[in-house]
This record gives sequence, C-alpha cells and structure tokens, in this order.
Amino acid sequence: MARVVQVGMADYKAAVCPNILMTAGLGSCVGVCLWDPATRIGGLAHIMLPSSVQARRTDNKGKFADTAILAVIQEMSRLGANPARLVAKIAGGAQMFNFGGTTDIMRIGDRNAQAVQQVLKNEKIKILFSDIGGSHGRTIYFMTENGKLTIRTIEHGERVV
Amino acid sequence: MIDEFTQLSDLQLDALREIGNIGAGNAATSLSMMINRRIEMSVPQLTVLPFSELPYAIGGPETLVVGVYLQVQGMSPCGILFLLPLESSLKLAEMLLAKPSGSLKVMGEMEHSALMELGNILAGSFLNALAMVTDLELFPSVPSLATDMSGAILSAAVFSLGEVGDHALLIETRFTEDNQQVVGHFLLIPEPGSLDVILERLGVNS
Repeated sequence: MARVVQVGMADYKAAVCPNILMTAGLGSCVGVCLWDPATRIGGLAHIMLPSSVQARRTDNKGKFADTAILAVIQEMSRLGANPARLVAKIAGGAQMFNFGGTTDIMRIGDRNAQAVQQVLKNEKIKILFSDIGGSHGRTIYFMTENGKLTIRTIEHGERVV
Repeated sequence: MIDEFTQLSDLQLDALREIGNIGAGNAATSLSMMINRRIEMSVPQLTVLPFSELPYAIGGPETLVVGVYLQVQGMSPCGILFLLPLESSLKLAEMLLAKPSGSLKVMGEMEHSALMELGNILAGSFLNALAMVTDLELFPSVPSLATDMSGAILSAAVFSLGEVGDHALLIETRFTEDNQQVVGHFLLIPEPGSLDVILERLGVNS
C-alpha cells in the first residue's frame, strides 16, 4: 500500500516506492521533486527562500533553495538513490499578492524559481517539467512509483505530468 | 532581541493578546458600522507555529479563501492579513455594494475593490488602536487581494520571516455574525525585530 508522506513548508523528505510525496498550498514557495528512475526513490523539498547566504540563521536547511536541494539529495542517497541519475520536476513560485511595484515581496516567487533552477543546473540535474509562476496556489503529489507529478489548483484544474 | 517567538514569556504573550484585543475591537467596530450589522469577535489567539505547520493554520491548506494583505512599515514592521471564506466575501461585497442578498455568485473587479477597501479600513482601525497604545508610527501599504488556497496565501504572507527564524507568530481574531457564521479571520503577523519594539512600548520587554 502506498503511503502519503506529507512535506511541510520549509521542509524536505525522501521516500521509497510506492510511497507518494505530497505538499499542500505552495504559494510563492517552490516544490522541487527529485527522482531516481532506477531505484524509484523520490524526494521533495518545499522551498521558501532563494538563498541561505544572507540569512542570519541557516540551521533549518529545508528553507532555502541552495541548502534544501542538497539536503534532499543526501537523504535520497541514504535510501540508495544515485545522485548522478536524478531528474527533477518543479512547481510553484507564484506571485500571490500584487502591490503594483517591484518590491521583494513582488518578486519572491520568481527569485525562488530562479534559485532552484540554478542549483539544479549546478548539480547537473535535468528539469523534466516545470510549472512556475502565475498568481495561483498549487498542491502537488509526486509518485515515486513512476515519477509522475500531479498538480492541483483551484482555478486551473488538475493535471498529471 | 527576541530571535525566536518561542522565547516569549507569559506576560509578553498576555500583552500581545491585549494588543490584538484592542486593535481587533476597533476593526470589528468599523466593520460593523460599514455593513450595519452586529459583529462579534473572538478572544485573540496567539499561535507560534513552525513554518511546516503554517499552511494548516486556518481551515485546511487547500480551503478556498479570499485574502486581503497589507504590509505595514514604520517603527515595527508587520503584516496584516484578513482571511475570509468565499461565501463570506461574497456576502460582504453584496452589502458594501448595496446588491440584493444572494445575488453575487463570483467575485468580479468591483467586488475585489470593495473588499480591498474594506481591508484598508479594517487595517487602519487596527493600526490606529495599536498606535494609540504604543505610540508607534505605522504606515500600511495599499492592500492586495488574492482568492486561492488558504495555505498558499498564508505562506506568501510570512516569507520574509524566514530570513531570521523558523516560526511565525499569528495574532488571530475571528469575526462572527450573530448566527455564529464566520465572517473572517483578522491576522497580525509581526516581524521578529518589531516584536521587541512593541513589547518595549508596552513595558514588558525582558
């Protein structure tokens, strides 16, 4: 029986087949799903901020794109995944509130998405699919069994990629 | 410097609850006058949540809500978020725009404007009361509105807290009508540094 593993905001988890990784209510945050097709081990990070470099405290690795992706890769390796085989699907990075300016809050979704893409590039992980931006929330389910990602929204329906 | 909201003493929590009480009381009065109905308010709830639990804080993470959000600048920066169930926002928009009860099915541009203005007035009332008690100068931004998942809206309102801590402090007051129907949740979300300033003004800084 597949178990649904919930991943909270600023958190990350790895899971083995056939378990399903899930995170609810992605707004400006980005959900990064990693998968090793050979072992069918999956990982999911719910990233809140682009970078730990400027942060005063960085002990919570799950918060930042740079630290969370590395942490989830490590967790997956511990379960037997090979980092060289990983592929990625990403969703989120929306702009929930629009203040009609160019303040940081206006761009946080974008900045998160860009940071995620950069880290994945550095780690040589191919992005197979991305659903980024817009102004709507997303809830995602990631199947370790086949690497499929289900994205649920309120206004834009549901799709499986 | 109060780095983590988890280190607050009982006395400080009481003081913040009182702030919520005075601010939300003023906001509830404004709301009541605008729609000409009696509005009850709950005792303010203070919740310190790790980010991982935040999307579940109000309703469920996927509950459809309307959120009116303002950023407050000045001596103690904070966020103000007014979260309304969709039915409630339709009902409020009907009252504000003088439309027959039950006639609105979806939120259009006019309805958005009306609710943003409502958010504006409520935030202003809340901040006036807060300023009166603390003598702090506070300047709200223009409001912004989103209709979406409760979790997505809440998380978007707290992202700046992530730079310094791992928790969010929510000072939440629930507005209800006579019939117990929830009208909305009024949330004050202080930024960590600003909490020190508020507590000092209240004379309960450690």
